[in-house]
Amino acid sequence: MAEGTQQHPLKIYFFVWILLFVFSAFSYGVDYLQFEGFTRWGLILLFMLLKAGFICAIFMHMFWERLPIISAILMPCCAVLVFLFIMWHESYYTQLVRKIYFLITGG
Amino acid sequence: MEEVSPTVNVTIPPKTEAFKEWASDQKAFKGVPWGKAMMWIFLVSDTFVFSIFLISYMTVRFSTKAEWPNPSEVFALHVGHVSVPLLLIAIMTFILISSSGTMALAVKYGYEKNRKKCAILMLATAVFGASFVGMQVFEWTKLIMEGVRPWENPFGAPQFGSIFFMITGFHGTHVTIGVIFLFIMARKAWRGDFDTGRRGFFTSQKSHYEAVEIMGLYWHFVDLVWVFIFAFFYLW
Repeated sequence: MAEGTQQHPLKIYFFVWILLFVFSAFSYGVDYLQFEGFTRWGLILLFMLLKAGFICAIFMHMFWERLPIISAILMPCCAVLVFLFIMWHESYYTQLVRKIYFLITGG
Repeated sequence: MEEVSPTVNVTIPPKTEAFKEWASDQKAFKGVPWGKAMMWIFLVSDTFVFSIFLISYMTVRFSTKAEWPNPSEVFALHVGHVSVPLLLIAIMTFILISSSGTMALAVKYGYEKNRKKCAILMLATAVFGASFVGMQVFEWTKLIMEGVRPWENPFGAPQFGSIFFMITGFHGTHVTIGVIFLFIMARKAWRGDFDTGRRGFFTSQKSHYEAVEIMGLYWHFVDLVWVFIFAFFYLW
């Protein structure tokens, strides 16, 4: 086998394909059935992460890669989560300032 | 006084292979073809681009005083007299997932050096991708006709338009570029370039089935980004 090539049974690709269809149908169902609040957000995130995980792990073959390349890809992405956290707080602060401003100016 | 040994013995516990390899002062990512490592690095940078778009969307949506338009209603389609929420978006999602499936199979047959199956599956992926872009054009047209602009829209918070055009536009551009390259790769595979090692007209590098896997990484990434856009922009 040449450098870097992989062989996997056909079955696993079809299995993941079907799984992705099912998860997509479920996440569409969340909207169709009008779930609200934390149930909605939780389910959306759950199906999103499941889909992303399966695409990354099986379709992009990350599951079979060696640790050095997996961590080189995934670790920088953790920085995004930090940024997300910062901007989440920033946005609520902005909203608060806007509300106070409109309260004072009567806008 | 105790004598200090000049040599320092560092015992590396197992499970630190990654760090050993990064610090190996040789080729990092051993066993990974050069082009594949470069594609991964490009995808990491693209992850940052899309993350920043989605984070700016979150910031804008959380900080605006105006009510955010309900995507479930904005993107609803009328089938007869019934309004089905997010119908087109759901179809687009299933099409993109199907294209990811055919691409995964194309990569598998690429590994097996099965020229014809690889080419046909890549062609199918390209057709799925092109239909996705077509539907996106339809969606853009519909929204523009309804008066959605980057600075205003009839549904609510004016930021909705700019976020919509920026995020789906950038994703659509990625899909379009992917479709173009899929057609090129399918032609190369069909002609047998990957078997004969014919040199590319632009890079002058020998063609190799690795290119199919690299193409696959890009295409799956486009699908991956859509998963996040679907969740955060259309469903949230």
